[in-house]
Amino acid sequence: MSIPRLLTMLLFVLLMAPVGTAMAQQDDGSGEKLLEQLADASPASTEEALQAIAASGHERARAWLEAYGNNRLSRVKDTGEIVIVLNNRGRDWTVADAVTGENLGEMSRRDLDRIAINNAVRRQLAGVLAMLDLYAEDPEVREEAARDLMGKVDEAVLDPLIGRLDEEPVAAVRNRLEQAVAIYRVEQEGSIEAVDVLAGSLHPRARAALNSAVASENPALKAAAQKALLSVEQKLKMNRAAETLYFGLSLGSVLVLAAIGLAITFGVMGVINMAHGELIMLGAYTTWGMQQLLPGQPGLALILSIPAGFLVAALAGIAIERSVIQFLKGRPLETLLATFGVSLILQQLVRTVISPLNRTVVTPEWMSGSLVINDALSLTLNRMYVLGFALLVFAGLMLIMRRTRLGLEVRAVTQNRAMARSMGIKATRVDIMTFALGSGVAGLAGVALSQLTNVGPNLGQNYIIDSFMVVVFGGVGNLWGTLVAGLTLGTINQLLEPWAGAVLAKIIVLVFIILFIQKRPRGLFPQKGRAAEG
Amino acid sequence: MWLARPLQERSTQLFLGILFLALIAVTALHLALPEGHPLHVSAYTVTLLGKYLCYALLAVAVDLVSGYLGILSLGHGAFFALGGYAMGMYLMRQIGDRGTYGDPVLPDFMVFLNWQELPWYWYGFDMAWFAFAMVLLVPGALALVFGWLAFRSRVTGVYLSIITQALTFALMLAFFRNEMGFGGNNGLTDFREILGFNLRSDATRLGLFIATGIALAIGYVVCRGIVTSKLGRVSVACRDAEARTRFLGYRVERVQLFVFVVSAMLAGVAGALYVPQVGIINPSEFSPIFSIEIVVWVALGGRATLYGAVIGAILVNYAKTVFTGVMPDAWLFALGALFVLVTVFLPQGIAGLLRKRRKTTDDGSGPSDAPTTAEATA
Repeated sequence: MSIPRLLTMLLFVLLMAPVGTAMAQQDDGSGEKLLEQLADASPASTEEALQAIAASGHERARAWLEAYGNNRLSRVKDTGEIVIVLNNRGRDWTVADAVTGENLGEMSRRDLDRIAINNAVRRQLAGVLAMLDLYAEDPEVREEAARDLMGKVDEAVLDPLIGRLDEEPVAAVRNRLEQAVAIYRVEQEGSIEAVDVLAGSLHPRARAALNSAVASENPALKAAAQKALLSVEQKLKMNRAAETLYFGLSLGSVLVLAAIGLAITFGVMGVINMAHGELIMLGAYTTWGMQQLLPGQPGLALILSIPAGFLVAALAGIAIERSVIQFLKGRPLETLLATFGVSLILQQLVRTVISPLNRTVVTPEWMSGSLVINDALSLTLNRMYVLGFALLVFAGLMLIMRRTRLGLEVRAVTQNRAMARSMGIKATRVDIMTFALGSGVAGLAGVALSQLTNVGPNLGQNYIIDSFMVVVFGGVGNLWGTLVAGLTLGTINQLLEPWAGAVLAKIIVLVFIILFIQKRPRGLFPQKGRAAEG
Repeated sequence: MWLARPLQERSTQLFLGILFLALIAVTALHLALPEGHPLHVSAYTVTLLGKYLCYALLAVAVDLVSGYLGILSLGHGAFFALGGYAMGMYLMRQIGDRGTYGDPVLPDFMVFLNWQELPWYWYGFDMAWFAFAMVLLVPGALALVFGWLAFRSRVTGVYLSIITQALTFALMLAFFRNEMGFGGNNGLTDFREILGFNLRSDATRLGLFIATGIALAIGYVVCRGIVTSKLGRVSVACRDAEARTRFLGYRVERVQLFVFVVSAMLAGVAGALYVPQVGIINPSEFSPIFSIEIVVWVALGGRATLYGAVIGAILVNYAKTVFTGVMPDAWLFALGALFVLVTVFLPQGIAGLLRKRRKTTDDGSGPSDAPTTAEATA
């Protein structure tokens, strides 16, 4: 036990000492005594007993209190020993010694006498449990506990809380505690200084306290609360805007991922691949398959899926190119129909071979959860990873197109096929490589999407129209255009959503693109020069 | 008179002859033979055939734009569905107070959604003439606005295909919304009667079948009239060399707009005839896959022939009926394979095969309307 913790414990004990005679018994710190006291307590003295346990610093104090709250703290009728019920199914219950935590095996439930708890006590218990964590060594646990206390402070914990406040070394935790106390002060005492403390807080409970203060009769308090509320609202608005932007960029990054492969096959090669969505689907199913192969290691499976998804989709792309597209060179409309046929076949294949139902792809631990910025703003981690991944893929593609031999050849063939061939470039090989690259990127998109949406046979269909919109909006044959268009459309969609609803937002975006195409038929960033007239 | 010209063509006469013979044969077999007879055509089959004829008319409309104008519309399902919704609204109003909730004015789904009064765009649909006019006007107006915007800024080729697809997709999403007032997900259904005839009686079904056949005949003659007129020649010129036609002084966008609007109206009529026979219209008719399917019917039959579109539509839908009955899982495989095989191996479609056989028997059948591969690439 660290010195500061010991000190705080001591102080707490001192603070609690005058509360009641029961406190005196705890000095020996004996677990049995504490529990006895709880078990024997009358409804009026239960709280004292709880506080005593909290203040004892006993290593199993939390286990007792939680068991008590869950109705699992029982007393053996014959011996009077206090036990924790581990499993209360059936006639014989598994129990453990409360003090030592030792498993005592099964015991008939008739021999046990539950230590009763009522709702009033349960409420106190929540506060006590939160207080318990305020003494944890980990500042994050302390902060979490302090946040839980917001709005739950009552007379019983107020004094120890203030005591705790004075010696809390970490500013963030102290800040929380101050706010928790201030909520109590504003609501119960109508304190104006406390209102000022709350002005900086984004916690909904703090806002509720301010709102109640606005309704009060004290004009000074009312004015102060109104002012504080205004500043809170301002901050909230900023946070909401940041959140919308984040979701917009996240949706945009998904669109970019889905569309960027298309930008290569459609934009650079002029091939309309309606099966692009199904290549995305293949990538997502590869992730699922990988996780089936490596059960219990979702993270490793996900990382391995990145190359695997690329390969699977790229091979499928090569197969499509060799079997269908090469025969339809220069006939974009026929290519569109044929690849649509391929997409139907792939979809049905997945439905028949795997299942028509959605598959679950597990999100690894390091990708779940969210990054909490403040009470009003928390960013989900998986979306952040996908955003980063999209940017990485984009940068990688840019490098390939600008800095490698393949990129050079692709650009040459795009600009003037005949000329490129007479310079010794194998155009057919370039076609295959380009198509494989575009398809592989679709596979990567699938791997990323498996973390955000359901993996099912219709996964690709949901993205194909959006992807085309992004490519067309950005300007065909321009990777930068795809990036800008994807992020823009994602953000616009999210901005419209709270105002118009998800479906209507989508419709508005579609109509917007249709109108935009009228104005600029070649997209945001049209290709210039001879290639444009293709 | 441009409409009379096609009637003098041998191919049109042949087409109309076969169509009317089929109509008469089905009617006779349905009415004259007793129900147990092996050659008896049941009311179910009559309705099924009527549905195929609706699809055939839709395919003719698509062939008019994709075959003769070079515009691959992936959104014709939208015009079809709009025509269908106009008809559906009329049929809904005809239910009157016989609905489940018995409201004399409001359709059932509006009562269910607690709507207090009829939205303004439902006014007038209790009158048959108004509804039938809307069947033509609504798809026509959408095609006019959309086409005007698109053709004026010279959006053609693949771009146009993609934005027509976006159009029908957006409409599908919109019609799925309950707030739109078109029944949302469930669409419009539970129809009772049309023009006073009970929709559930066999006689009405036969009547609708014959009406569809006649509509197909008229639609065919109208399209044939357009493509054999000077306008049709110009539109084929637009298809093969848009820039050159423009340089010759033709207002390409006007030709495109006219043909596009006519085609949309025909699609609307097809939808309007489809709804009373099928008994329901819902937003799935707007789905992009349906619109693409239509293009494949046309491609299978043979583009720029009109009769090929009819053959393709009937064949594919017959196959669909058979497949979905026998082994539903295989249908999408078959359809997908059809897409691939037709485009790779049968670019001229079935009509192309027929023509090739005719050419080998008597050479020199004159210039054909169908685009050759070389022209299409230009």
